[in-house]
Amino acid sequence: MTITEKILASHAGRDSVMPGELVMAKLDVVLANDITAPLGIEEFRKASVKQVFDKSKIILVSDHFTPNKDIKSAEQCKMVRDFAREQGLINYFDVGKMGIEHALLPEQGLVLPGDAILGADSHTCTYGAVGAFATGSGSTDFAAAMITGEAWFKIPESIKFIFYGKPQRWVGGKDLILYIIGDIGVDGALYKAMEFTGEAIRNLSMDSRLTMCNMAIEAGGKSGIVPPDDITIEYVKPRAERPYKVYESDPDAAYADTREYDVSKIEPQVALPFKPENTKGVSDLENISIDQAVIGSCTNGRMEDLRIAAGILKDRKVHPYVRLIVIPGTQSIYLQALREGLLEVFIEAGGVVSTPTCGPCLGGHMGILAAGEKCISTTNRNFRGRMGHIDSEVYLSGPAVAAASAILGRIGRPEEVEK
Amino acid sequence: MKIKGRAWKFGDDVNTDEIIPARYLNMTAPEDLAAHCMEDIDPDFIKKVSAGDIIVADKNFGCGSSREHAPVAIKAAGISCVIAKSFARIFYRNSINIGLPILECEEAASKIHKGDQIEVDLSFGIITNLTKGETYHAHPFPDFMQQIIASGGLMNYVAKKGMA
Repeated sequence: MTITEKILASHAGRDSVMPGELVMAKLDVVLANDITAPLGIEEFRKASVKQVFDKSKIILVSDHFTPNKDIKSAEQCKMVRDFAREQGLINYFDVGKMGIEHALLPEQGLVLPGDAILGADSHTCTYGAVGAFATGSGSTDFAAAMITGEAWFKIPESIKFIFYGKPQRWVGGKDLILYIIGDIGVDGALYKAMEFTGEAIRNLSMDSRLTMCNMAIEAGGKSGIVPPDDITIEYVKPRAERPYKVYESDPDAAYADTREYDVSKIEPQVALPFKPENTKGVSDLENISIDQAVIGSCTNGRMEDLRIAAGILKDRKVHPYVRLIVIPGTQSIYLQALREGLLEVFIEAGGVVSTPTCGPCLGGHMGILAAGEKCISTTNRNFRGRMGHIDSEVYLSGPAVAAASAILGRIGRPEEVEK
Repeated sequence: MKIKGRAWKFGDDVNTDEIIPARYLNMTAPEDLAAHCMEDIDPDFIKKVSAGDIIVADKNFGCGSSREHAPVAIKAAGISCVIAKSFARIFYRNSINIGLPILECEEAASKIHKGDQIEVDLSFGIITNLTKGETYHAHPFPDFMQQIIASGGLMNYVAKKGMA
């Protein structure tokens, strides 16, 4: 069996499972945010049960339209807050404690190896980076899971992605996952689990692994997963406050497909509008001028990302025609970046630093685009109108290309701004 | 359970930001969401659509975010069924959960044209193109899924069964 099959089998009380089987699985974490929880709470009210199944396993994070962007959002956040207090939820994260959910939960040790996690947010697949099965759902599945602590799943087939070789300078997890999506397309892993392995993955930081699993959904994947190794354990051990279990795929596990990549041949990637599959190597791009650069989100708002961006922006100035918006993923990341002097680098360069929020990524607030504007962004989606006006454009990249482009005023290579 | 309506055609990879843009996710009432259904693909969609109409699309319909607001908006706009070559998995699950019938059928998605009159028999997965006189076959829903849809969604179904 694959690691994904083993995790689902154990949560379904089974010795083994096969792809295509339907199972009812117990859940370790049930998650929602300020956009998906309100619909879920309304659904929850339809049931005769008045209490959630376990107040320590439901996690609510108000991160999308916070700090409250308008009155309607404030009402939604209040509904989530009231529900969390009524139910006595232990893991409710409001402004001041919150972070972008998929940066926050791993950091707080709330998602652990071997877990089965259902989250009412499509990027819940991020937690595969710690060796968990984690998948996105809607609000009704979330509501039902709050009551029963279970969800039904079809056991997905897995695709194995093997990365070997030494990465080029400036190439991180974002470039590898964009490269895969460019290769297989936005439905290339539809309904499937994406398993990332190989020596280049074993040498990859946790932050980069989180970035890769985060975007499994952009290839249609049900989940992404990195088999736990020393780097995983070093990350989760000091954070975990409950037991966890490490699973690994059997040598004879069956895969729907196996794809190999030599990372030494992959240069920093950019996904052009309006699909994440429209990828190109950054050096293949013509002169694309930009109006805004966003560095942050559940994809690339972690310490590694901010350090890379600050390394490039130090003692440099953002192009006069560009607005640079930097959004640390969580309060802890914000504080750490402050202590390391990174925020000073961004502000001295002419950028702005925001409190943690999903904000501009989904066109919520904190950096909406006007008609005709272009943005280089470390976020995960470049759909038409994603960050504002339907005639605006989002180009996806990692933090190095985004920072370099902010200086250049056009999408460019980090080497172009090196001193 | 039989459904009848006029077809509206869409292409590949219609995403949930197009079905209901995030700028409207500060609302949850179905009628508020329906008012902006498909707005970023076709700003006049909601003015043109009639109750019972059917959306027919190519591959990977509903990709992107997990927002249940997307099938809620479609259902509240009066759409009675979505037929596509394939669906993104979260959208598929959400549609069943809120009681929006949804069928995967490559042949129907290829052969149905905008404006064709379509009849769908959910019990047998039979799609009839009344305009062209053609019949296409989708996999019918298993019994429990038909019951979820007939109940108007998962929570009603669960409540009816005394499970919650």
